[in-house]
Order: sequence, then C-alpha cells, then structure tokens
Amino acid sequence: MKLLRILATLLFAAIAVSPAPTFAGEGGRTAKPVIEIANPGKCVAPVDEMRRNHMEMLKHQRDRTMRQGIRGEPASLNACIECHASKKTGSVLGSNENFCQSCHSYAAVKLDCWDCHQPKAGFKATGVKP
Amino acid sequence: MTAPQEPGSNPRRAFIAAAGAGVAGLGFTAIAPGLHLMAVGQADAAEVRKAGSAASPAVRWGLLIDAGKCAPGCTKCIDACHTENGVSEKLPDPRQNSQWIRKIELVDRRDGRKTELPMMCQHCANPPCVDVCPTGASMKRADGIVLVDRHTCIGCRYCMMACPYKARSLVHVPLTEQNPEVPRGQGCVESCTLCVHRVDRGQTPACVESCPEGAMLFGDLNDPSSAIAKRIASVPTTQVRSDLRLNQGVRYQGL
Repeated sequence: MKLLRILATLLFAAIAVSPAPTFAGEGGRTAKPVIEIANPGKCVAPVDEMRRNHMEMLKHQRDRTMRQGIRGEPASLNACIECHASKKTGSVLGSNENFCQSCHSYAAVKLDCWDCHQPKAGFKATGVKP
Repeated sequence: MTAPQEPGSNPRRAFIAAAGAGVAGLGFTAIAPGLHLMAVGQADAAEVRKAGSAASPAVRWGLLIDAGKCAPGCTKCIDACHTENGVSEKLPDPRQNSQWIRKIELVDRRDGRKTELPMMCQHCANPPCVDVCPTGASMKRADGIVLVDRHTCIGCRYCMMACPYKARSLVHVPLTEQNPEVPRGQGCVESCTLCVHRVDRGQTPACVESCPEGAMLFGDLNDPSSAIAKRIASVPTTQVRSDLRLNQGVRYQGL
C-alpha cells in the first residue's frame, strides 16, 4: 500500500513538472500562437491597440493612399513587414510561426491582404519579356 | 476664361516656392526676397508631394508620345513597365497574360507607311471604365490618373469591355512575384497606373525613363510652363479616337 502511494506521488510529480510546449505564455492554460519577429519593439502603436485595431488602421490607410494618393502614413502594410517578417524566411506568411499567419490561423480569420500584396520584405520584382 | 499668366505668376508655383523656401531638395534657391532660382531638372520631372498630402486636382498628369521617334521592333518600354510593375506570369494561353502596355503597328493602306506606337491606358478625363464599374473600384484620382482599386474590384470585367483601347487585363492566376509597391493579384482587373508609385515620389513613369529614343514626355498638362504643355501647344498632337470625346491624358504626335 505504502509502495503504491509513493508511486502515485512520483507519477503526479512527473506530470506536474513535465514541459507543455503547446501551452506557452503566462497563463499556461491556454494555447497561444508562437510568433517570431525580426525587429520587435518598434511598432506604430501599443501592442493591445494593434491587436484590436490593426485591420481598421490598415483599411483606412489603404483607402487614403489608393483613392487620394496620400503616401507615407504610419499604418502601411509595407512598413509592417519591414519589422514583422520572419528572420528565417523573410516573410510574414509560410508557416504558423510567421507573424500574420500565426495569429490568423490561431483565430481562424481569413487573411487575404497577401493575395495581392508582397509578403516578403525587400522583395525585388523582375518581370518578363513580352 | 482666365487671362494667360506669365510663367512666374503661376499661383501654384508661387505657393510651392514659398512653402519650399529653405527646404533642401526642392530645387528652389532664394536669390532675393521674391526672387527664386528654380533648378530645371530632368525633362519635366514630377514635383515631390509632401508625405501626408493628397493628390491635387490642380495637376493633370499626361504623356506625350512621339510616334515618329518610336523605333520599329523596340520593346524597351514594355520590358521596363513589366519589370517595374512585376508583371511576370507566362500563361499557357498567351492571350491571358496581363498587358499593361503594348506596341501596335499602324499601316496606311494607300501608301504602305508604317507607324509603331505604344498603347496603354489613356487616362481619360471622362473614362468609360469608371462609368460602367458596378462597385466603384475603377476610379480616377484627383490628378487624372485612372486606377483600379483592387480592394473593391470583383473581376467582372465590364471595364475591359468598355475601354476603347483594350487597355485592361484580368489576372487569371495566383501571383507571388509582386513588386512591394505594386500590389496585384488573381481575380482583379488591372492596367497602366502611369507608375503612380513613382510619380508620387517625384519620378517619371518607367516607360518614359527607359525609352532610348526619348519619344515619351511626361508632365503636368495643366501647367502651361511644363515641357509637355508647351509641346502640345506648339506641335499638332492627336488623341486616339478623339471622336469619343474622352479627353485622354495620353497624347500622340506624328500619327
């Protein structure tokens, strides 16, 4: 009986200290997306505001730039990827560690900016002969 | 009707001179109060708009193409355009490839005289593509550049039907090789943007810069002191299909 109790205690301890990689973050109970950012800490707004409002900021900026021709606004998709593109792949897409894709796949929100916009930082287009 | 102005008395230029006094890179040097030395740069390069300011309706960007200088068989403007705008897809059916600018050959049947000229979006003042667009995606910017807002384009291709110049293309396949400054993608209609991203930086369109014959002239049609306005005022120029009264921003010389 005593042996069984010791075994049970050991098993419990083993479960308690075993690492849980999918439960990253402070809370430890909720799965959080894993994000890899090349140049963190230089964003145009605080993290909370960006998480909640980045889509609105980008939408208003895109209309001003596209329709009125206003350039050089802080909320610019190209400026986003300068910092947020992954160090490994140079892109904000491609794997669930890359900035845009990680959160959007986590939150199951469709991401269609990059159907037209270039997701790689510093990409040079080449074109083709007619 | 407005009275003809002397070049120095253009109010817009005066305003820019006042605003730009002391700002490096604008090309103005104050000699004495009210007297400015204006640097004349490369043929009528666009003025750099300040970041955060909108395109001005006082400006109307235009292009004058001298068909007499356009060399037969030369495709430098097309290459430069497609490199600048990242038009790189080659589809099994070449009719589906995007065509922002193309060369066409005119033959006078009476005497066989051949003329080549580049044809692209003519940036009409009264664009039929904007009239027919059901979502408002096809639009004319305040400075006369006709664009497609891909955020609202549904790819219906009415504008392609409406355009008398066959200037627009639909992107048929998913793209990955876009120029960061020129977003483009599957399911949207696109056409020449007059290199709007370059114009907003104060540069001229890629085709103009690449033409080895100097057959293309870019500038502000509304500014009587610009090289393009002076040339249009002094030599006979044509708007293709002027009978449609669309008032194109792209004009031709020597047709």
